[in-house]
Order: sequence, then C-alpha cells, then structure tokens
Amino acid sequence: MELDRRQFFKVMGAAGAFSAMLPSPGRAAWESKAPPDAFGCLVDLTRCVGCRKCEEACAQVNDLPAPERPGCQCTVFEDDRRPDHKAYTVVNRYFTGKKDSFDKPVPTFAKVQCMHCQDPACVSACIVGALTKDETGAVRYDASKCIGCRYCMVACPFEIPAYEYHDPIMPRVMKCTFCYDRIAKDGGLPGCATICPTEAIAFGKRKTLLSVAKKRIKDNPAVYLDHVYGEKEVGGTSWMYISSVPFQQVNLPALPETPSPRLSETIQHSLFSYLWSPIALFGLLGAIMFKHREDKDEANEKGGNP
Amino acid sequence: MTPAPLNKKFWTPGVWVMLCFMIAGAITVIARFTGGIGYVSNLTNARPWGLWVGVDVATGVALAAGGFTTAALAHIFGRHAYESVTRPALLTAALGYTFVVLGLLVDIGRSWAIWKPMVYWNTNSVLFEVAMCVMVYLNVLYIEFFPIVAEQFKGRVNLPGPLAGLNGLAEVILSVGDAILSKIMWIFIILGVVLSCMHQSSLGSLMLVAPTKLHPLWYTPMLPLMFLLSAIAVGYPMVVFETTLATSSFKLDGEVKILSCLIRNTVFLLGLYMVLKVGDMAVRGTWTYLLDGTYQTNAFLVELVCGVILPWLLLLSPKIRQSRAGIFFAAALIVGGVVLNRINVFITGFSSPISDGSYFPSVGEFLVTFGLVATLMFIYRLAVTFLPVLPGAKEVNS
Repeated sequence: MELDRRQFFKVMGAAGAFSAMLPSPGRAAWESKAPPDAFGCLVDLTRCVGCRKCEEACAQVNDLPAPERPGCQCTVFEDDRRPDHKAYTVVNRYFTGKKDSFDKPVPTFAKVQCMHCQDPACVSACIVGALTKDETGAVRYDASKCIGCRYCMVACPFEIPAYEYHDPIMPRVMKCTFCYDRIAKDGGLPGCATICPTEAIAFGKRKTLLSVAKKRIKDNPAVYLDHVYGEKEVGGTSWMYISSVPFQQVNLPALPETPSPRLSETIQHSLFSYLWSPIALFGLLGAIMFKHREDKDEANEKGGNP
Repeated sequence: MTPAPLNKKFWTPGVWVMLCFMIAGAITVIARFTGGIGYVSNLTNARPWGLWVGVDVATGVALAAGGFTTAALAHIFGRHAYESVTRPALLTAALGYTFVVLGLLVDIGRSWAIWKPMVYWNTNSVLFEVAMCVMVYLNVLYIEFFPIVAEQFKGRVNLPGPLAGLNGLAEVILSVGDAILSKIMWIFIILGVVLSCMHQSSLGSLMLVAPTKLHPLWYTPMLPLMFLLSAIAVGYPMVVFETTLATSSFKLDGEVKILSCLIRNTVFLLGLYMVLKVGDMAVRGTWTYLLDGTYQTNAFLVELVCGVILPWLLLLSPKIRQSRAGIFFAAALIVGGVVLNRINVFITGFSSPISDGSYFPSVGEFLVTFGLVATLMFIYRLAVTFLPVLPGAKEVNS
C-alpha cells in the first residue's frame, strides 16, 4: 500500500470542498418545526356516548372496510381495541370506578386515532421522509416513498401506525390521515367530526380549540380535570382531549413535555452537519497513519534494510 | 506466516448441518415473500421490531466490528504484527454486513424499495444515516477484500467452460484493479474506520426517539457513545472468538501469542465501556431498578455482570491472557454480552406503552435468523478454503 503526502492532502481538500457544498446545516439549537396555525380536534370525553358513528364515517371517507359490528354498542366493547390496518379510529369503553346515583358503574368512552403531533416522532424517524407534517397540521403518509422499515411505529409514543403485515410485496403503514384533502378545503371537516351526534369532536384551529377547552374546564371545574391532554404532551398534539377521568385510565399514556425528536435530532445535527466530525476523524486518522509510516520508513533506512 | 488457502476437505458433517439450516431458512423466506411478514413472524403493531432487527441487523453490525478495529490497529496505528488477523476479521466484516443487508431485505415490508433512501433523504432520521453508512461501508469492505481475490487468481484465471473466453478480461480487471487499489487503499481503510464509528454509534441513537418505550436502564443520551464503545470493545474479542473457532475447527496453529497480545487492548477498551455504563447508571440513578426482579432488570444484570465485569476481571490476570482457553472464554463472554446488549436495547428493554406488546420470536423468525447465520458460516468456510485468508503455513498435525 503506497501513500504519499501530496495525495493525502488532495483527498482531504476534495473532502472539504464536498462538505462545503452540502445543503443547509443542521440548526445549532433544536427548533420546533410545528406549522404556525395548525388545525386540530378537541375530543370531550364527557360528551362521548360510544355510538361509534365516527368509526363508520371514517371507514366510509377513507375507503376502509366497514367497522366490525357497526351497530353494536355492547359486546364490541368487551375487547380493548386499537386502530389497525383496517380502522384508523376506534372507540373503547372504560370503567374507571365512577358510579352514578344508583351506584351503578358509569362507562367512559374514548375515541383513539393518530394524535397528529406538532413535532411528530414518526416524521423525524422516517428514513425516506414518507411521513410529513403539512400546513394543516395533518401528519401525512406517502406510500410511494415507504420502504416498510417500521421505524415510525417504533418511534410513535401513542402506538398508532399500523402495518399491513400480511401483504408480502406492497404493505402500507396505516393511520388516521386527519382527512387532509377535506380539511385543506374551506369549511372541510374530518369524516369523524362531521357525524358526531353529541359534538364530542370539535374541529377548528388548534389555538382556538385550546381556549375552548380551557373555558369548558374553567366553567365546569367540578366536571373536568384541569388538564388538556395534548396541549403539552410530547410538545403538543393537534388532537386534544378533555375528560372527567384521569387520562391514563382511558389509555392515553402519561408522556413527557419534550418533543420526542428533540434529543436524537440535536445529536445528529451537532455531530454531522457539514459532515464535520467524520471529516475531522478522517484527517486525524490520516495524520496518525502518516506518522507511523514515516517512523517505519526511518527505521528501515537506519537498519539499511529497505 | 503468509495467508494461504486451506487445503482441506470442504464437505464435513458440520457443513451438512449448516446446509440443513440454510434450506429451512430459505423455505421460511419463501413463505415470508408469499404470505407476508405477518405469516411467518410474531411482529405486531405494538411490536414492530423483533428478532430480525435486534439480531440480524443490530447484533450483526456490532459483531462485524472486528473488521474496522483490527484495520485501525494494524494499518493506521502501525502495529503491523497484527496483520495476520486483519484478513479473517475483514472477511467476517464483509460477510457480516452482507448478511445485515440480506436480513434487512427480509425484515422491511417493501424489500424491492430498499434503494429509495438514496433518492429520498431525511437527514433528521437516524436510520437514514445508519443506512447510508452501512451501504457505503459495505462497498468499502468489498474494495478492501478485492486484493485478496486478486492475490489468489491474478495470472491464473481459469474460468470453466464457455466462460473461458472471459479469462483475459478477468485478468485485466484483477491486475488493473489491484494496481490502482494498492495506491489508494489507505483512503478506504481510513474511510472504513470513519464510517464504522458513525453508524455503530448511530445504531444506539435509533432508540432515542422513543423515550417512553425503552426501559430507563438502557435509555440514556449516552446510548450512541455506549454503542460505539461496546462495538470497539467487542472487536478484538470477536477476532479471538472466531479465530480460535476457525483454527481449532481446521486444526491450524491457534496463534495464541498474537491473540493474547491483541486481547490486552481489550482490558482498556472494555474497561472504558464498563466505566461509562456503570457511571451512567450512577449519574441517572437508575440503579434503583436493579433489584426489582423484573425480567428486563435481570437481563440488564446478566449483560453487565457476565458480559462486561466478569470478562474484564478475567482479562486482568496475565495467566488467563496467556492461555488459549482463558482468552477464548473471556472473549466469548464479551461477545455474548454485546449480543445480549443489542437484544436488550431492541427487544427486551422495549415495551409498548398501551397494548400488551409481549413478544417472543416465532419459529419462522428463528429459522430465518439461523438460516442467515448458517449461510454466513458456509460462505466463510468456502472463502477460507479457496482464498488466502487464514495464516496457513504452520499447520498442526493431529
């Protein structure tokens, strides 16, 4: 293996020039990439009666198979269901220990779907950028870019993306779309919000909904817990919940307020913007290699044994 | 002692066993590509990554670290005495990464789309960086391996039958390639080390995006550094492990002297990893979990005690460092510890916050993994039989 100094610097120069040409550097300090005026939905769990009309509307609007036992409001609730590759949203029933005046347990119903995080972990994780957060606030999925690595599913703190595990060739990640093509139009609503008979689902600008939620809590402090779920969880979500029972009891997990992508993106960008650290390491190792080679050559010359 | 092709019988009973695993694995792979991932695996929406990612990919990458660590030692830091171990380590690395990619092809849902990250970039994604590094590094490894092929066949290319017409062309490729590479090989050697440092650490960053899903014993901002240090620490033990296995299987000289010199570095490297691991636990106060008796905590304890502390203590003793069985045992513990660490981070330590994400790999998943490992060993054997990889001159007759 031959190696000479001129060649070494030539390569190092080329590497430096290459790194200077690379597009935008990562930000030094992490910044939220949340859209400035996103839409949102507010789910009021005290209003939901578990009619499951939202499941039906969702399936219809998104060309999904009709929900399992659509009219049923009893046996279907025996299982705790999750959104899956056939349903973007499901309603579950929880008995949290609340009793009515006749001492009968009172159920709480909770709809679950993609929360459309302000800084989504899935979007940050996606290897090809198949998942994006658009201006409306919707987290959108582009199947044509997807390679099926399922890192989005690993990353999601709400355990939402589902996978078509039984499709051998063209499986897709399936999750609530926030009906982005509908809400992008003036006056458009997501399928589920159009049909809710009790107005448990309110659609609007996230900022407006947040004040609506806080007003409801303020006006009825005896009914609601003083917590808008989704205001601060993982940096905020487009879908938010208010409730009279603790959120963990209806399978809305306790989460930190730090946006999920913050740590990994900060590490990645501080190490690899302009590829500075790999280039520095290359230079350092190259210098060490030279040093040893020269030492060896010198030793050989002294020994008179080339 | 120059490397030489082994002059041994290829078809031994062990090779037939490998072949059985390969066939079983191949059948499972066919099932996966007809019925889907769900048909052969226990993966669910709550548990999207399992044995294939945890073992075939993450562990495979870690155990291939022998390639860049020995290359750095012998070629960059000028310890030429170790050159005899660089070739087997390089072969293992090249094979290891090839099988990481094959494992990925089985695991990702749209295998045919594996090229897409080259076109659609998401520079926020840790996985994107890992994928790019692995892809480039795999090519670097093939380039580094090229001179070994050239050395064996240059001047005596003799392709069978109708391919004989290509003999001249193959000769030209071998000699021109070899001549060019001998001038610029240093670039690839350094590049290999740089790329390895990048993606070995980034494999650890993968789980940082899911703070609520990975058990706090493993979830730490130091995870990338831990992955890098453990990969560097496992490099030489892996070389010891596989060289001892290969030399005893082929009844060659065990090279105890060189291996016991090599493993001396591990005392420092593994010590560094141990200090970081224990220190991180102390700083974050996660030691409070240690005695809670859950299977996750117990897995962590086994990993730390049997995979890090015990072999480190063993290697402190010069007597053990000089014995073939001693270094093999210590090396095997370290390798096992790193394997367990990767399994813990990607499988055992992972929990789904809402549904019951309990997971144990299916038979199909095991068959694919075993099949891949068997194929890797099969090709390793093929390569050392016909290419100058192992130092072959000093054969022990028994």
